[in-house]
Amino acid sequence: MERLPLKSKVLNENQIIAEQLRERYREHGILCLNLISSPGSGKTALLERTLASLDPATRVCVLTGDIQTDNDARRLAQYGFPVQQITTGGTCHLDGRMIEKHLAAWNLDDIDLLFIENVGNLVCPSSYDLGEASKIVLLSVTEGDDKPLKYPSIFFKSDLFVLTKIDLLPYVPFSAAQAEENARKVHPGMEILHASSTAPGGLDAWLTWLKHRMELAKQGALSAVGK
Amino acid sequence: MHELSIAESILNGVRTELLRYPGARPTKVGIRIGELAAVDVDSLTFCFEAVVHGTEWESLQLDARVCKQVRVCTECSETFDVVEYNAECPKCGSNNTTLQSGDELDFDYLEVETDGTPAA
Repeated sequence: MERLPLKSKVLNENQIIAEQLRERYREHGILCLNLISSPGSGKTALLERTLASLDPATRVCVLTGDIQTDNDARRLAQYGFPVQQITTGGTCHLDGRMIEKHLAAWNLDDIDLLFIENVGNLVCPSSYDLGEASKIVLLSVTEGDDKPLKYPSIFFKSDLFVLTKIDLLPYVPFSAAQAEENARKVHPGMEILHASSTAPGGLDAWLTWLKHRMELAKQGALSAVGK
Repeated sequence: MHELSIAESILNGVRTELLRYPGARPTKVGIRIGELAAVDVDSLTFCFEAVVHGTEWESLQLDARVCKQVRVCTECSETFDVVEYNAECPKCGSNNTTLQSGDELDFDYLEVETDGTPAA
């Protein structure tokens, strides 16, 4: 009997693809953002309102993942930007190979901003690096403010926490302060902003964050490491 | 339920590793799972048994060890186990601490039976 020490990561194959994707995004000055949340937290609504507010000259593309249906791609395609649905057929997360395969349909020189809307799931997508500059976790006020403690991995790995449906706060027993405190327990110093995809001006803070990040990506100043 | 994908990745990793050790028969594979890695050990063990069932790897055992969050203080260099997500340094009280381990999903070791030939 012999015990051989091993050093590699279990998801090494995905990691290699993710690093290749990250390098391609960097070469082309693309800001890639990976949006993750439970089903129904408002990823698609946030993207819809974001696409509707962007200058039509913005070169943005969306990859949207679901287990079944192309409903989200059809919703998002109405705004005139290129959208592809990734239907996983049962898999609970997107992985690097799926992204690589779907990006082959686009010329990366024509993209400044790539949104990846992950499969609705707070657990599994946190394990798969897609080469993104940042993972962004969304949590809506109609969920529990203890979610960051129940699902620490995704809050730890995300650079930004967007608290969505904030316009509903007066109607639900949800403490935004508690949710933020819980998120920062798991991820000290985490960036957090509030958003509403229905209230006027509800996406101002998010759009400001986004513009700033796009500028940094264009200058090649984003230091993504792929947590 | 991404444990099935991870179980498949573990078996693929073992097969790749064995290419370096012709003739070796693997008996156990050890992996380290950080408590922030979002992987359930019971579910992973169940999935791994399902993945190897009825294959030539059927007798291969999985040893999955959960690793606690360990942080290191940027101010005083104290290394400490994190209890209930409290990231504050227990020695100097600083909040300026960084994660040293606890989010890993890494191979640890592979136990093999060899025919006596030293591994290359």
